[in-house]
Amino acid sequence: MRDVLSAVIGKTVRQAARLRGGGSALPGLVVEKLDPGFLSRVLGRLPYGVIAVSGTNGKTTTTKMIVEMLQARGLRVFTNKTGSNFSRGVVAAAIQECSLRGRLDADIAVLELDEAHAMYFIDRVKPRFTLLLNVLRDQLDRFGEIDTTAKLLQRIADATVEGLVVNREDRLVAAIGERTRERAGSASPAGRPEVREFGLSAALLSTFPSDDDFHATPLAEAAADDAPERPDADVTLVGLGDHEAVFRIEGEDHRTALKLEGLYNTFNAAAALATVRMALDAGPLPGRPARFRTADTDEALVAALAEVRPAFGRGEQLLLDGRPLELVLVKNPAGFRLGLASFDASGVDVMIAINDQYADGRDMSWLWDVDFGSLADEGVDTVAGTRAWDMALRLEHDDVPVGQVEEDLGRALASFRQRTLGEGEGEGARPRRIYCTYTAMLELRRALAELTDVEDIW
Amino acid sequence: MNIYGDRGNVLSLARRARAHGFAPRVVEVNTGDPLPEQVDIVVGGGGQDSGQGRVARDLAARADEIRILAADGAPMLMVCGLYQLFGHRFVTHTGDELTGIGVLDVETRGGDVRMIGNIVLDSDEFGEIIGYENHSGNTRLGPGSRPLGRVAQGAGNNPDDGFEGARTANVIGSYLHGSLLPKNPALSDFLIGEAARRRYGSFDPVAGVDETVRRARESAKRRPR
Repeated sequence: MRDVLSAVIGKTVRQAARLRGGGSALPGLVVEKLDPGFLSRVLGRLPYGVIAVSGTNGKTTTTKMIVEMLQARGLRVFTNKTGSNFSRGVVAAAIQECSLRGRLDADIAVLELDEAHAMYFIDRVKPRFTLLLNVLRDQLDRFGEIDTTAKLLQRIADATVEGLVVNREDRLVAAIGERTRERAGSASPAGRPEVREFGLSAALLSTFPSDDDFHATPLAEAAADDAPERPDADVTLVGLGDHEAVFRIEGEDHRTALKLEGLYNTFNAAAALATVRMALDAGPLPGRPARFRTADTDEALVAALAEVRPAFGRGEQLLLDGRPLELVLVKNPAGFRLGLASFDASGVDVMIAINDQYADGRDMSWLWDVDFGSLADEGVDTVAGTRAWDMALRLEHDDVPVGQVEEDLGRALASFRQRTLGEGEGEGARPRRIYCTYTAMLELRRALAELTDVEDIW
Repeated sequence: MNIYGDRGNVLSLARRARAHGFAPRVVEVNTGDPLPEQVDIVVGGGGQDSGQGRVARDLAARADEIRILAADGAPMLMVCGLYQLFGHRFVTHTGDELTGIGVLDVETRGGDVRMIGNIVLDSDEFGEIIGYENHSGNTRLGPGSRPLGRVAQGAGNNPDDGFEGARTANVIGSYLHGSLLPKNPALSDFLIGEAARRRYGSFDPVAGVDETVRRARESAKRRPR
């Protein structure tokens, strides 16, 4: 009965909120107040339980990969795809999708959990499986310390019932895996939760520098070729190409094309594969039938992965003036560094938009840990955003020529467009690329949507 | 220690030194490495709490060497974690104590409040200093150090006394990390000038403040905490 009441109330609030143009989390707020147990009851009935995805970077795209691979296996998946990764956002999404009886028409939930708000969530719902991606250095002004973030992720791991997937190459996340394994070994007779890793081959390590490596000498890169090969992880990324990757799973190499952009997403694809494998190996909880095709193979999973498109604003491609315009989200030094390494700097008109709104993080220090030397040859046409001048100063230190600096994003975009119109259109025209922080990306997308000839080419 | 963009201070100092006509050489000194024979300027950064113990032990082993350099007037800039360890001691909020090398007359206690945000200081010697602070340590100054500046916007050494940083002889400690030197060429010029005077007996500044620096300072100053 409570389910029915909460569902009806939530849906009513949602209607009301929509009429007055309100936020998507409001129904969640109301139902959480009236019925704090709603979320755990609704999610607690799912045959496959809940997969939680956390870490500082790549949650949205990785969640999308997991969801689409599970859907390709025939599972009905509930996810917080509105991008509202706070608990109330999850409740709001559940209200939206559940029936008037308060039942969710799904076999499994895959939820992206913000490191901080995850605490609120795990107090109510214990994830059956958890994927921990990384502890990178953005948002430090929100969480203060890398070590603090790692402790929050540890608590999610501690709340996980059945299986934990960790990044073997991230020192802090790997340590959480080790501690969980020790704890499971001694305390739990079933050895739960089981811990699995995703990782990189030794040869690829230098391609994915960690924050710890930023001041390592080029020696580390030279040594990588001779680095001893370690045992394979559950899923190991062993090969990289242009929109192509090779994943090693149980000794077998799977080469696949990818629609995703960027090295990071390719590594996160290994994370998604390991997580989906773990959930499918475990199967539905006892006594809860689910729609699940059992005959599929790792080959089929990889094939489903190949079809996943980037999440909004993550290496997204639009068409403007008949030529591609690429939006690359950058939030921290490792991400920016990989963004620069992932995309060829030649033959492209580049804009960089750096905001320091709350959601971006106000601390601009991180720009000093990115090497912008690869942009020196062709320069950056436009630098924009609330911290455009910080960015320009940073580029100056790496001898990167800057065409113009314009703090106002709308004006900067219009001017960037005019200045780079050039000659040709369509095939062969110079593509444009914009590296942007989170709120700059949102603002640019709004501005782009008002330009009539913008269309999504994917 | 290498997080919070401290690399920016080194990059910027080297660039500024070149603009003044010098040919700087940057030498990284990691834990256990010997100091180079000729030391003109020493720059130190901040790191996460877990790295601080290792750095403290390393610093203790080379304390005499650094004290002699400091007493001789060698200019130094110590940010965040190393600012704390250049003081007498750092007592964490759990009561653990790290012994510093006492070059600066300051003492730090771990606090419950994290002081985070854009910060603006007034300083008689360096004018307006603009940066970003991120620390939970409360630092208090003894009579042997004077503050780097008065806080115009932000927290500073602790939530109470309105001062930021510390200065003894030519050694400066500060919680302003990352982009401190790029946006504050007056501080770079102080370090370069003192180094030049110590080594050559004189300093003739030639670099001015360019438009990009001026605009970056302006926009940083306007931003919310």
